[in-house]
Amino acid sequence: MVALDAVRLSGDRDAQARNAMLALSVALLLTAGLSLSHGASEVSLGSLLHVLVSGQAMADQDRLILWEIRLPRMLTGVLVGASLAVAGAVMQGLFRNPLADPGLVGVGAGAGLGAVLAIVLGGLAPVWITQAMGYHLVPLAAFFGGWVSTLLLYRVATRSGRTSVATMLLAGIALGALAGAATGVLVYIADDRQLRDLTFWGLGSLGGASWPKVLAAGPVMALALLAAPFLARGLNGLALGEAAAHHIGLPVQRVKAVAILTVAAATGAAVAVSGGIGFIGIVVPHLLRLATGPDHRFLLVNAGLAGATLLLLADLIARSIITPAELPIGIVTATLGAPVFLWILLRRRGLVDL
Amino acid sequence: MSRLRFVTVGGIHAALTGAVLVLALSGLARAEEGPRRVIAAGGSAAEIVFALGQGDRLIARDTTSSFPEAVLALPDIGYVRRLSPENLIAMAPDLILAEHDAGPPETIDLLIRAEVPLVSLPEAKTPADVLAKITRAAEALGVPQAGADLAARTQDDLDAAARAAAAMPARPRVLFVLSLQGGRILAAGTDTSAGAMIALAGGVNAVEGLSGYKPLTDEAVIAAAPDVILAMDRGGELAVEAADLLAHPALALTPAGQRSQVVRMDGLYLLGFGPRTGAAALELNAALRQALAAERG
Repeated sequence: MVALDAVRLSGDRDAQARNAMLALSVALLLTAGLSLSHGASEVSLGSLLHVLVSGQAMADQDRLILWEIRLPRMLTGVLVGASLAVAGAVMQGLFRNPLADPGLVGVGAGAGLGAVLAIVLGGLAPVWITQAMGYHLVPLAAFFGGWVSTLLLYRVATRSGRTSVATMLLAGIALGALAGAATGVLVYIADDRQLRDLTFWGLGSLGGASWPKVLAAGPVMALALLAAPFLARGLNGLALGEAAAHHIGLPVQRVKAVAILTVAAATGAAVAVSGGIGFIGIVVPHLLRLATGPDHRFLLVNAGLAGATLLLLADLIARSIITPAELPIGIVTATLGAPVFLWILLRRRGLVDL
Repeated sequence: MSRLRFVTVGGIHAALTGAVLVLALSGLARAEEGPRRVIAAGGSAAEIVFALGQGDRLIARDTTSSFPEAVLALPDIGYVRRLSPENLIAMAPDLILAEHDAGPPETIDLLIRAEVPLVSLPEAKTPADVLAKITRAAEALGVPQAGADLAARTQDDLDAAARAAAAMPARPRVLFVLSLQGGRILAAGTDTSAGAMIALAGGVNAVEGLSGYKPLTDEAVIAAAPDVILAMDRGGELAVEAADLLAHPALALTPAGQRSQVVRMDGLYLLGFGPRTGAAALELNAALRQALAAERG
């Protein structure tokens, strides 16, 4: 009797999660359409349809706005939002800690250090480097910074083929402090203009989205997003503890390695194209756990859908609230998201758990 | 009627008035042709447009544009290095006057591809650069004559400042204090606009061997031994009060502190390197002379 009830309960929750998945997919499609058709200029999807139906040529400027500004920006928003939320969900599952976010594997600190290095010392780099990279120097530096620090941490925490998640967490904090100190030195020697660039980079923006960036960072994020759902069973097992997961026959070490590399790829690329966008990685997974439960089979996919939708909404606000200027998106995600999150926590106090 | 008056006043005057009239008329005619919807991206760009008498053509400005006061009433397109391409295109400008560091580069690329007329002004670090900037802006606005006039006026001011600086009986050591946050002195070293302005005014930057705006220890302040302390009197939270400067324990021990030699000037006027640079240098020079006189008398 009890067993039957449990099955039915679990079935209810699965159905709930499936419904959420459907709802989130619809929401993402709607927001993506809104993101494409809403902007400072008159161009909208309606005018695009009108052009297609009537067979007239579209004005060059309108095509440029839709194709070169809004479409890459929308794609960047979807990929970055999904990557940050999925990376957050994976990290929280891996560390079995509700506070874990991608910053913990050193990606944030490393990427930040890389970006600061490029902004402050970019002028000192050999000319052939700056010429070859153009304005992609900062994103590339951020990406490599994130990767190098993650691989370093992984090495530090792995002994005789076993990765200690606790060591990785502590070493991550130490590496973060070290990167922070190096960043401080660079901030000291930066001039006023560079300081302002650093501040804006830290607040994040989808403003610089372009096709070259989408094509460079997009595949990395897309691969990580496709790989993540395969981690679901492993992360569900790890929730029982590493020993238990091992005893039920999970390849624990492989799950850990793949999870860490996935997070590093997703976050490194996301941070590289959009700067530091906080909050999405930690809040989206928690909201979904409260709503549909901690089963990673649904959580990882739903987190991606919800993260993409939320970031697109935040970007819509960021680019239209103070036109003709643009607000850094990190400000929007934090000011809107944090109070909502607190409100939910206060309402459902005691229910936050993995 | 006017012919009559010309005759009575005299030939030279008549010729001058006529020339001015013709210039003004041709200026007006050109103004009709030139761009009418101009966006200024950068504080000195907006300042130059107004100095050229073309302020009514501006439809928007960036956050760093704050002079003259009228510019503040225009819509703000955000920080000059973080411009949003679509918002700019949507305003349908027929000219964007951008400072050399306007960006990000992605936005500039898109604006060029969207065929928005964009003119980049050269970077100004020296008086000669200021003139080049004025000329470039005037050409873009289609008012080369007004540009030549403004450049000539600016050149006169700069020359006057250079003469005054050269004729200084001695070169006072000047410490530029950018801020005094929590009693910590943020001073201008080499490679700063404040350092350049001190040199233009005939002073010597008291801080050597540090580049950029850097915090100074109390001992370094005393070792710098400034004869004059220079600070900004407006600029929001960065405004530094003379009384605070003189009450600072390390500054109080310097020659400037003991003789209460504090000069305060408006930030953009002093450091903007726009058309008012010569006037600012001259004003600072006069203040430095006064300080020298007080020291000797």
